[in-house]
Amino acid sequence: MIHSLFLINYAGDIFLEKHWKSVISRSVCDYFFEAQEKAGEPDNVPPVIRTPHHYLINIFREKIFFVSVIQTEVPPLFVIEFLHRVAEMFQDYFGECSEAAIKDNVVIVYELLEEMLDNGFPLATESNILKELIKPPTILRSMVNTITGSSNLGETLPTGQLSSVPWRRVGVKYTNNEAYFDVVEEIDAILDKSGTTVFAEIQGVVDACVKLTGMPDLTLSFMNPRLLDDVSFHPCVRFKRWESEKVLSFIPPDGNFRLMSYHVNAQNLVAIPVYVKQNINFFDSGSSGRLDITVGPKQTMGKTVENVIVTIHMPKVVLSANLTATQGTYTYDPVTKILVWDIGKLTQQKLPNLKGSLSLQSGAPKPEENPSLNIDLKIQQLAISGLKVNRLDMYGEKYKPFKGVKYVTKAGKFQVRT
Amino acid sequence: MLDSNKDSLKLEAMKRIVAMIARGKNASDLFPAVVKNVACKNIEVKKLVYVYLVRYAEEQQDLALLSISTFQRGLKDPNQLIRASALRVLSSIRVTIIVPIMMLAIKEAASDMSPYVRKTAAHAIPKLYSLDPEQKDQLIEVIEKLLADKTTLVAGSVVMAFEEVCPERIDLIHKNYRKLCNLLIDVEEWGQVVIINMLTRYARTQFLNPNINESLLEEGGEKAFYGSDDDDEDDEEKKAEAAALAKRKPYVMDPDHRLLLRNTKPLLQSRNAAVVMAVAQLYFHLAPKAEVGVIAKALVRLMRSHSEVQYVVLQNVATMTIKRRGMFEPYLKSFYIRSTDPTQIKILKLEVLTNLANETNISTILREFQTYIKSMDKDFVAATIQAIGRCATNIGEVRDTCLNGLVQLLSNRDELVVAESVVVIKKLLQMQPEQHSDIIKHMAKLTDNIQVPMARASILWLIGEYCEHVPKIAPDVLRKMAKTFTNEEDIVKLQIINLAAKLYLTNSKQTKLLTQYVLNLAKYDQNYDIRDRARFIRQLIVPTDKSGALSKYAKKLFLALKPAPVLESPFKDRDHFQLGSLSHLLNTKAGGYQELPDWPESAPDPSVRNVEVKDSVPEWTKCTSRKERKEKKVEKPFYSDSEGESGPTESADSESDSGSGSESGSEESGSASESEESEEESESEEEEEDEEEERTKKKKKIDKIKPKKPESAESEQSSGEEQKRSRKGGKERRSGSESESEEESESESSESESESEEESESDADTKKKKKTSASKPPPKQTKKESKRETKEMSLLDLDDFEPTPSPQVTPINNFLSNSLVTDLEGLSLTDTVLAPTTIAPSSSVRMHELLHRITGEGLGVEYCFSRQPFSPDPHMVAVQIQFTNNTSSETKSLHIEEPKLQSGMRIKEFPEIEVLPAGESVNVVMGIDFCDSTQAANFQLCTHTRKFFVSIQPPVGELMMPAFLTENEFKKEQGQLMGMNEITEKLTLGEKCQSDHAIIERVTATANLSRVPCGSDKEYRFAGKTVSSGSLVLVTVVRKEGGGAQLTVNCEKMVIGTMLVKDILQALTQ
Repeated sequence: MIHSLFLINYAGDIFLEKHWKSVISRSVCDYFFEAQEKAGEPDNVPPVIRTPHHYLINIFREKIFFVSVIQTEVPPLFVIEFLHRVAEMFQDYFGECSEAAIKDNVVIVYELLEEMLDNGFPLATESNILKELIKPPTILRSMVNTITGSSNLGETLPTGQLSSVPWRRVGVKYTNNEAYFDVVEEIDAILDKSGTTVFAEIQGVVDACVKLTGMPDLTLSFMNPRLLDDVSFHPCVRFKRWESEKVLSFIPPDGNFRLMSYHVNAQNLVAIPVYVKQNINFFDSGSSGRLDITVGPKQTMGKTVENVIVTIHMPKVVLSANLTATQGTYTYDPVTKILVWDIGKLTQQKLPNLKGSLSLQSGAPKPEENPSLNIDLKIQQLAISGLKVNRLDMYGEKYKPFKGVKYVTKAGKFQVRT
Repeated sequence: MLDSNKDSLKLEAMKRIVAMIARGKNASDLFPAVVKNVACKNIEVKKLVYVYLVRYAEEQQDLALLSISTFQRGLKDPNQLIRASALRVLSSIRVTIIVPIMMLAIKEAASDMSPYVRKTAAHAIPKLYSLDPEQKDQLIEVIEKLLADKTTLVAGSVVMAFEEVCPERIDLIHKNYRKLCNLLIDVEEWGQVVIINMLTRYARTQFLNPNINESLLEEGGEKAFYGSDDDDEDDEEKKAEAAALAKRKPYVMDPDHRLLLRNTKPLLQSRNAAVVMAVAQLYFHLAPKAEVGVIAKALVRLMRSHSEVQYVVLQNVATMTIKRRGMFEPYLKSFYIRSTDPTQIKILKLEVLTNLANETNISTILREFQTYIKSMDKDFVAATIQAIGRCATNIGEVRDTCLNGLVQLLSNRDELVVAESVVVIKKLLQMQPEQHSDIIKHMAKLTDNIQVPMARASILWLIGEYCEHVPKIAPDVLRKMAKTFTNEEDIVKLQIINLAAKLYLTNSKQTKLLTQYVLNLAKYDQNYDIRDRARFIRQLIVPTDKSGALSKYAKKLFLALKPAPVLESPFKDRDHFQLGSLSHLLNTKAGGYQELPDWPESAPDPSVRNVEVKDSVPEWTKCTSRKERKEKKVEKPFYSDSEGESGPTESADSESDSGSGSESGSEESGSASESEESEEESESEEEEEDEEEERTKKKKKIDKIKPKKPESAESEQSSGEEQKRSRKGGKERRSGSESESEEESESESSESESESEEESESDADTKKKKKTSASKPPPKQTKKESKRETKEMSLLDLDDFEPTPSPQVTPINNFLSNSLVTDLEGLSLTDTVLAPTTIAPSSSVRMHELLHRITGEGLGVEYCFSRQPFSPDPHMVAVQIQFTNNTSSETKSLHIEEPKLQSGMRIKEFPEIEVLPAGESVNVVMGIDFCDSTQAANFQLCTHTRKFFVSIQPPVGELMMPAFLTENEFKKEQGQLMGMNEITEKLTLGEKCQSDHAIIERVTATANLSRVPCGSDKEYRFAGKTVSSGSLVLVTVVRKEGGGAQLTVNCEKMVIGTMLVKDILQALTQ
């Protein structure tokens, strides 16, 4: 299965390597660099690269390439999914998955990788088990460690691996027992020039932060589970109960985890919370262009739209932008050609507007396509699909937990074509 | 620093070394210094040393060997996690010399009690295989054993090992197929992927194509319709029809096939993309057409994931859409392209959109394409144009629209776009050139502007091919081209020559000179292809003296009608690779790829999987049916030997006489029937029962049995032999049928029927047990043994062997059946703790006197060690006490008082006996915890009138209870109890105990031990453990030539060991 793993930073330095079987020379990465060069953008590097003797499967995350070397047939998704799991684990342990964090904690990284994979086959990928084996570094602990010389390794051996609920540690104790659920929905949409919806759908997730003592058995039910069209669950959810009763019944892992992700039936018309009026023109003569964008709230169900950001990938010929915004600030990066307009809150009374001129490279032909607008927004206290959590019940433990549900709607891949 | 005494310094040093390794620096010089620390106490240092070791052991093999002993020690650790990690590191060290050690370790771990260790063993298998492929056969054995494992933890890993070592041995899966299907949902996600992929392959070999019969059923015309996969018919319609068909089709899906589909379906909801993909491919390859649709939704969901996941999923979706278009049509919009998608994703989405295009949705798709053409990403635009071309060829109605659109693109400012359009237009025009001469003219004009060689070449070819349609323009184009000939690319030059030749043939008047000129230029070109071509053309078309026969046909050669090209998806033929595999993604066979076999013509025998039903009886997780069978086989010679010895002259009666020393004929059958009886009536037997009652019952039973064997009733002497023979025969037959597990002999099936009740009961129970306590193996073991016994017994009964089964003769089995009784009591559904039941002492148990009837003033008390687990407290030895009232008056309120015990000893008194009538006797059971010492337990026995001081002193052999071990476990345990814990004595066997049978009987009579199967017939092994502390007692007797023998006792408690040696020695030498 997975033979070796190389972590490569954006500049092309291999800063970590780990082998699970015989050592493979890092020169194998040259094929990767070749492909990277060819692709230009890191996004365009093919996930699977074929070399004479090996196959390289790589992912790009947080400016790091995770390049794994395999030798024989293996489902590529298997490897890709695993690499993402590794990245998530770093994130979980170090707060960020960056080169610096990995370099600082190289020993823990090594220990983690050792536990996650045995002979190239995943062994323990559940964060709760790993945390029992290898304690994540905290400032306090690292201080204590330097003073007392004690270790990061768990003294106890991982019993979680042996239990029937491998995702949960045993003997969890909290003084405040709390269970929080975040229902986060993202609107994926493509609007065309005139503002009509070409395509829109809602993708949602229920993220949970459960800090409960003992072995609680939770049941979460929705007011309107019929809305959910397609769902995927954390392994802890009992699928049978969902099939028959449409309730989520589970023994939760300890800490943060993604309980479920869902997709809301596309047949229901998706409410688009904002509208955009835009007018971008490039003139043939004078190598200049005009830009005029207005954003306004639409179906927001009485909530305010916040954190509105409009991002535009300008054509290469655009040199600079001279604009005025009635609300918020804008920046234009002439290197990456990205125009970002950070609007903030949308209010009914005054519609934010961005107007001004663009100067183009002189002599170059005008770009034939207008750049599309990517919009980012956030609505608190609202799940745009209308999904509502009905109740949360706990069985198996006696105390009263503190429960909370939060709703957030965000823009996912929300694009306006021009 | 590594040599330092301080752990903290060592740790610091190791951390630096590991950091070096991580950065890829060579740290192999430090090997000797590091290896020294392998035995370090600090767990973190130890772990880092392991990391180092695994990395460099290969390079420094000799030095690495120094560390092996540490791991070997670790393998015997009582902590399962340490055992596992020792095995893990040991197997990760790639040093060839230790292959035998690894093999041994793996084999041992494969039958470990802990599933976690077994999982590690499964992981170690591929490691060993890659180190030494010659071990394959042995490894397959281990795999086979592990495949039968019932725990979810092991399943994924062992299938992974299977795939890596012996994917061709599909026959190993048969028996485990259903189990794997059922466990699937509980296996960890990575294991699921491997299992699903393997099962896909398996199903392809074992089941019939669910779609094939549909096509056979249809009439001839429609047959093709179903048979061909890429027809343009609307798939929705097809599906509906197939569904309708499904209702009346005679094709019945194998229930196992259905099982697989049903059990994998929930996994589509997994959060792990690899699992979803695995299920999707399984459905795609295995499910009936009507059912494949369910996977579409899940795959579309994956499109939201990371771009790498999208990439792989889209590749697979592209392949699927070619075959099953209808599946994804409802999700068309999910494949719309965003300007922020990476190019490779865009191109794949485009591919999918193109595949999905049909008459109904083409207009929306084309509208989308139009927006894409304006994209800034030029590669993507080129791909879009190609896609439009493909839509146009596939869907006749829109061909003109597409063509017009493409022609408009010819005026695009971007050259790449134009060039790509030209190429596509060329392909389209080839289909119907007559109507489009204006387009050709337009394109001819473009030659001045377009610089992309491929496009220029395409235009030239077009003009040449259809020069009749543009008679005026063509020579002019040639003239222009001739002017720039030397500066053109090779591909264009070739087309210029081509054009010249064609014009010369059709319109030689105008172009003769031009052609000559071009050919002359070409003659001196640098490229030999062009020179060649020029020479060839000249010979062919220009008539000379020597011009061969070919020139006549020149026109035919050049102006032949050319078939229009078919624009095909690059994903067209990919589906012969298993979807979701690396090979599919790369469209070449990757190393180790297992071909997905075609459906078989006719289904192989489905009954091969049935065996599993029987195998599922033993629920105690690790013991495989195979092993079990082996055990039985081992036991067989023992039984038959004893039979053989006492065989020809002695009758059944006399044999059993020598065995148990009492009126055993009825006794045996009694104990057998008793156990049967208690099976049936275990619930009703909760209350203590009078011996009287029991006796009568027993008698009835015996009576019931008696009529069954009229022969034996008539004349035992004569029929004894016959019976024996038939019995033996039966036994052989049984073992035969068992060894051929595939074959379902009648006896087995009937057996399973008869057992079904008990099974369901006990299964439920064992499951419960399993859940509650993984750390309580001994009771499980007992159950295993006893269950086997049940099986044997019922088997024999059903086979109509008239005599009672001979195994009952030996004390072991006496015991077994006893324990069986209690076990079955435990197994009964009532959860209440059963009061200790009185069971008639079997004759082999010696009675001891507790109170003589004279000193007891008429009350006689005897006790014996009934050798049953004392159910209220497992740490106590059950002592059965028999009170006999020899007086002429009643004795009242018999009870125990004032126990005077050594520290730690405990007594569980028997319930007070209210009245003991004159002349009667009564049996009670009490429990005593002797604390594994032979100290006597003193207490007072009280009646309503008097008190008697009595004491019970146990023989050492009664302080233990049988433990059930396999041969391997025995050896392992023995290995741990060496040195001080081992006592060996040589002895000369007594005259009477020269036979196997006698030895075994004497040992088991002396001590409450169970026999452990053993490969050699000169060796006897027994195992037990002390009742209160549970320490193991292992006894080995090796028979030597000339009546000598060697006795070895391994026991943690040395006192017990020495005493036991003494006792057994005495028993054997008498």
